[in-house]
Amino acid sequence: MQAERLLEVRNIEKRFGGLTALSDVSLTVNRGEIYGLIGPNGAGKTTLFNVLTGLYAPDLGEFEFAGSNLVGLKPYRVAEFGIARTFQNIRLFGNMTAMENVMVGRHVRTRAGAIGAILRTRSTRAEEEAIRLRSRELLAYVGLSQHGGMLSRNLSYGDQRRLEIARALATEPKLLALDEPAAGMNATETAELRRLLERIRTDGVTILLIEHDVKLVMGLCNRVAVLDYGRKIAEGEPAVVRSDTEVIRAYLGGALP
Amino acid sequence: MATAGDRFEQLRSHPVAAWLGLALIVAALGILPFALASVGTAWVRITNLAILFALLSLGLNIVVGFAGLLDLGYIAFYAVGAYCYALLASPHFGLHLPFWAILPIGAAVACLFGVLLGAPTLKLRGDYLAIVTLGFGEIVRVFLNNLSQPVNITNGPQGVTLIDPFRIAGVDFSRTDTLAGLAFSGPVKYYYLLLVVLVLAIVINLRLQNSRLGRAWVAIREDEVAAQAMGINTRNVKLLAFAMGASFGGVAGGIFAATQGFISPESFVFVESIMVLSMVVLGGMGNVWGVVLGAILLSFVPEILRYTVEPAQKAVFGRMLIEPEVIRMLLFGLALVLMMLYRPAGLWPSTRRKRELSESDQT
Repeated sequence: MQAERLLEVRNIEKRFGGLTALSDVSLTVNRGEIYGLIGPNGAGKTTLFNVLTGLYAPDLGEFEFAGSNLVGLKPYRVAEFGIARTFQNIRLFGNMTAMENVMVGRHVRTRAGAIGAILRTRSTRAEEEAIRLRSRELLAYVGLSQHGGMLSRNLSYGDQRRLEIARALATEPKLLALDEPAAGMNATETAELRRLLERIRTDGVTILLIEHDVKLVMGLCNRVAVLDYGRKIAEGEPAVVRSDTEVIRAYLGGALP
Repeated sequence: MATAGDRFEQLRSHPVAAWLGLALIVAALGILPFALASVGTAWVRITNLAILFALLSLGLNIVVGFAGLLDLGYIAFYAVGAYCYALLASPHFGLHLPFWAILPIGAAVACLFGVLLGAPTLKLRGDYLAIVTLGFGEIVRVFLNNLSQPVNITNGPQGVTLIDPFRIAGVDFSRTDTLAGLAFSGPVKYYYLLLVVLVLAIVINLRLQNSRLGRAWVAIREDEVAAQAMGINTRNVKLLAFAMGASFGGVAGGIFAATQGFISPESFVFVESIMVLSMVVLGGMGNVWGVVLGAILLSFVPEILRYTVEPAQKAVFGRMLIEPEVIRMLLFGLALVLMMLYRPAGLWPSTRRKRELSESDQT
């Protein structure tokens, strides 16, 4: 069974001064799957995210997304092409409401400019109405309907994580890149998150997932890659990766027999 | 507490009350210049200046309040607009274009200057941006001061004199006309004109605030990296904020030149930028009504002090002990300190969130 490739990362290298954060990383994400990215702290997972979303330019290598080469594009262009992300340290627009946060996510798929806003033309009003409608749907989708009017910084931690996902989904991504979405969540919240991610996958959005919660990753992901010191040391189905000796060494140290 | 927007929505569902309230406000604003003129014509001029500052504050509110870009050189755009008008409608170059042609030109040139300032400062934030904008404001003023040689463009420190007043359909804004037994002096006519412009500016501000663009500005203010990741072209959106804010300054400057009939670089010093910024901060950054309130308060209170402090001291002590100017600054400083302690978000802070709240409750 040959799956359709959505993201193809080839030989990415990223250095910060003397530190090589990523070295020769290649991986392929297929359409419709949840692809896990795990590894010890400092392994380069978030750096890879930042390269993929245009925050960093790679020193070497390239990546192709849905048939286009996105290397060197600005983050807002990457979002236009259909990669949306969340952040490890939640980066919501704190003084905007949950609803407004999601509405900002619609920015990239809407057009109204200054003139339209000032004259409040019919098309602007229609677009604004569509933005509101879609944003409400997305809030309901992640289960935040009743919190739409709350400032996002006043939301609970788990709600903030889910709001970030809703905001990212508002950009209509083909690939949703989640950076430790379960960090700091309790067991109930994690279970809820898992259901949400499964639903997103069912609805046709591919997910690239960085996560430390091994149980979540192993239960959810179709395939997993393991990074250690900026290199990919394993890739494959969760069950296979879990028993990989190099992976065990990376996580537990070399002392294990 | 209901927001202005809420009240507006409520009023919309009670058309009679709404129209009655609106009619009352219009009537009050209509009578105001005559009431003021009976105290002294100077007060009409002071009111006009207050409205001009309200226009400036609304423009700066787009840059500082919405987009969060601290601009300490905003008065430069006011200067650009004023000089545009002065040079195109005065004997200096012998040009006498009508005001309806010059105001858009002034707005456009100020807009261009806004982009000129914005483009090199896109990557700067906070303190660094403030320093550069401060420098920009000074550069514009120094240019105006020195562009009298080798070709005399701005007439240097002497400024430009004999600037044309507005003329609409044969009505000259520098003369007094009598209509239905009422004397409409120059300042009174400008007052009505300024009022119309102010209403327009408020509408534009409110509409921008609740638009796709307005949300993008706030998003950039809140977190630029996240805004970019959400697909906002931060470069263009920031430049647009600078340009829109600047064009407000350009229009206000043009009207200022016409009302005064004379301008010189001295009207556009750094302290004026600070003054406008104080109006925005004191009133409530990001809230259109708060900003207008701040501008009107900071324009009127010093003038009221000027007219009361001197007689009060003479009455109590028999002579002047402290200059009104000193007291003005003392009170100004005190007011800002008290503000920061008790109302850090401004006298009338931005409460647009309430609207979103009531909206999502309905669903």
